[in-house]
Amino acid sequence: MAASNFRRLEATNRRETVLLVLVFMLLFGALGLGLDIAARDVAIVNGQLVGFPVLTIAALAFAGLQSTVSYFNGASLVLLSVHARELNPDTPKHQMVLDVINEMATAARMPVPKPYIIDDPSPNAFATGRDPAHSVVCVTQGLVDQMDREELQGVIGHEMSHVADYDIRTMMMIAVMVGGIAMLSDFVYRWMFWGGFGGRGRGGNNRDNQAAALIMVAVIVLAALAPIFSQLLAMAVSRQREYLADASSVEFTRNPRALLRALEHIAKIESPLKQGTAGTGHLFIVNPREGLRDDGEGFFANLFSTHPPLSKRIARLQALLGAPTLDASAQANT
Amino acid sequence: MVFLIVIVAIAVWGIFAYNRLVSLRNQVDNSWRQIDVQLKRRHDLIPNLVEAVKGYMQFERDTLTQIVDARAKAVSAPDQASRMAAENQITTGLGKLMAVMENYPQLKSDENVLKLQEELTTTENQIAYARQAYNDVVLDLNTRIQSFPSNLIASNFGFKPAEYFKGAPEEQAVPKVDLSMTAPRA
Repeated sequence: MAASNFRRLEATNRRETVLLVLVFMLLFGALGLGLDIAARDVAIVNGQLVGFPVLTIAALAFAGLQSTVSYFNGASLVLLSVHARELNPDTPKHQMVLDVINEMATAARMPVPKPYIIDDPSPNAFATGRDPAHSVVCVTQGLVDQMDREELQGVIGHEMSHVADYDIRTMMMIAVMVGGIAMLSDFVYRWMFWGGFGGRGRGGNNRDNQAAALIMVAVIVLAALAPIFSQLLAMAVSRQREYLADASSVEFTRNPRALLRALEHIAKIESPLKQGTAGTGHLFIVNPREGLRDDGEGFFANLFSTHPPLSKRIARLQALLGAPTLDASAQANT
Repeated sequence: MVFLIVIVAIAVWGIFAYNRLVSLRNQVDNSWRQIDVQLKRRHDLIPNLVEAVKGYMQFERDTLTQIVDARAKAVSAPDQASRMAAENQITTGLGKLMAVMENYPQLKSDENVLKLQEELTTTENQIAYARQAYNDVVLDLNTRIQSFPSNLIASNFGFKPAEYFKGAPEEQAVPKVDLSMTAPRA
């Protein structure tokens, strides 16, 4: 992929991140307004909103704060949540991983990301950070143990491509926001039932009370659906990116076999990642959750997966290589 | 008024096009220096590697001296062309050395040798990737210099297409090799 393609993807990612933050703020604002009405510090009088919407402003401030924090500290939050630690050259194999990260950074013409490792036997990897200068590549001990140099190059090349086109920023913001939205919606739900709907707003006529009730119902529905929508968003945004990153990995290594062998290897392994949570699953090179990496086809399988089926990704790489030679090499390698 | 807007728009575009060309030209220079850094690293590695393996490999004296001689030639090369020829000899020599090292199982139990071997493998890969990255930027720069309308800016401000890096003929025929011992043979 030429540099201009990366620049175009980078522009798309900038746009999407801004959009994401706006939707996030809007959602928080709407839920805050619902809370205001429920708390009756704001009422609808003759079709006009009266009172000071203190909870709306608090929710907006919280959303703004969380967006800022996740932009600057999202990588550390993500690393913390998957129990990653810095990768040191304490064993020959760790040294090799560090070397491969350096090599792929050269190939991608990017600054070298900070290396991290998760003590987990399941082979997986992800990249995160707000831009290439503040990027992180994280591998699992399982990946280190099971992959040879060529396979590592394919996997790290895939991650470098996420770094180069700013996927890492979008995906990191999504990771933190999905968590934030789940938290807020839970909070709204409890508040609504605990605070109760009963009683009349101050002043106002019957029509106004109906309008208030309608807004509250809308907020409850929103609070119930928000976590699902945010999950769907995470999935929709990340799936196409995986194909692109696979293609760029080949562009960096000039060797389709590298990533192909790595994915085929991972496809054979069943054990899910212990630390792979719903909030960070979309960051990894393959879906860390059990049962989600299989080759489900059809609308719902596609809708609820953060990654394209592994078999489809493998098939696309095989197409790059020419299938017949692949079978021969795959047999020679086992 | 419309005329004025058109003039300003063209001027703004010209500034962006010019700055983009300057940025690409600097990237080409920088990528070239990256290759140099890696070649220098290889020069520093060779004496250590030869020192570490020569005790085990009395029968491969020729290969070792060939590498050492090529390194000496590269370090003292008077011009770019002869230097690159010497560097290509080093690449060939090291490739041969790595292949024959497979015949000496004792080497695999020497931690120092294994460490040097990993360092050499990554340096060879870095050289290959640095060259690839250099050629990628050269492609970007040359495309911009030659295509319309940025060629108008390029020709007026003396931007010249950069030259691609061409490896040794035998290198071009062979894809990148995985030199590490742990990798399974295909």
